[in-house]
Amino acid sequence: MLGELLVTAGVLVLAFIGWQLWLNDLIVGNQAQEEAIAISQEWQKTAGGPVAVAEAERPDPGDPVVMSAPGNAEVFGTLIVPRFGSDWAWPLAGGVGLEDVLNVRRIGHYDGTQMPGEVGNMVLAAHRTGWGSPFIDANKLQLGDSIYIETADGWYEYVVRSHEYVTPEGVGVLDPVPQMPGMSPVDRILTLTTCNPLHSVSERLIVYAVYETWYPRSGGAPAEIAGIVQAAG
Amino acid sequence: MYAALWRVLPGPAWVRVLILLLLVAAVLTACVLWVFPWVETLVTPQEVTVGTEP
Repeated sequence: MLGELLVTAGVLVLAFIGWQLWLNDLIVGNQAQEEAIAISQEWQKTAGGPVAVAEAERPDPGDPVVMSAPGNAEVFGTLIVPRFGSDWAWPLAGGVGLEDVLNVRRIGHYDGTQMPGEVGNMVLAAHRTGWGSPFIDANKLQLGDSIYIETADGWYEYVVRSHEYVTPEGVGVLDPVPQMPGMSPVDRILTLTTCNPLHSVSERLIVYAVYETWYPRSGGAPAEIAGIVQAAG
Repeated sequence: MYAALWRVLPGPAWVRVLILLLLVAAVLTACVLWVFPWVETLVTPQEVTVGTEP
């Protein structure tokens, strides 16, 4: 009797681990991607215009359009990271609360940090493991990898520069010039924060990326991610 | 425990196996829908941000 109970408990624990590490990430990841593509589709429908054009024919887009800050838990964009998968896209929402943003298939935007394309530092947070594990591969981003943020206005391209490991108190990564409190910014920086090591919260893994260019929606999506946008259309 | 369950179930062997499979499916479905998401909030580290809300 006791033996049977213990075996049953063991099987349930294994089922939980399988669910958490594999099945649930798969389900939640797909849901998040579908939501992100639906958002993208809506913008594309509203704006019209070509889905993609050849990079050589693209005119200089000029300074990026900067949107106003979103409300808490308001979805204002999608994050597209080709290194995480050819069709990887997740919705972006205001704030970094657990129940209303991070645990409900959103990547969070630290309130008070800059918006896409704005001079300064735009800082995002997402789960490394669990709840779809959006940033599980954050340590695999390489120098030169592109990270795209799509908003109603278009696509903002940032290029990965470096990683940093900090303690959970390391709020310096939120500074307009990261780790340089009081400096006035000249660059446009994108910072990702998530937990480290895997399955632990003892440290934070930080990824810095620097603004490269932006693609107004009227000119179509950048070639590297046109597949995702076409999947939408 | 399981031997008792087997004796309580009606019908020939294949009917009992069918009922047991349905029971297992029901238990796993309940786990995935309600139990596991709740357990996850207890055992999985959640904090991914730095500092408090800036």
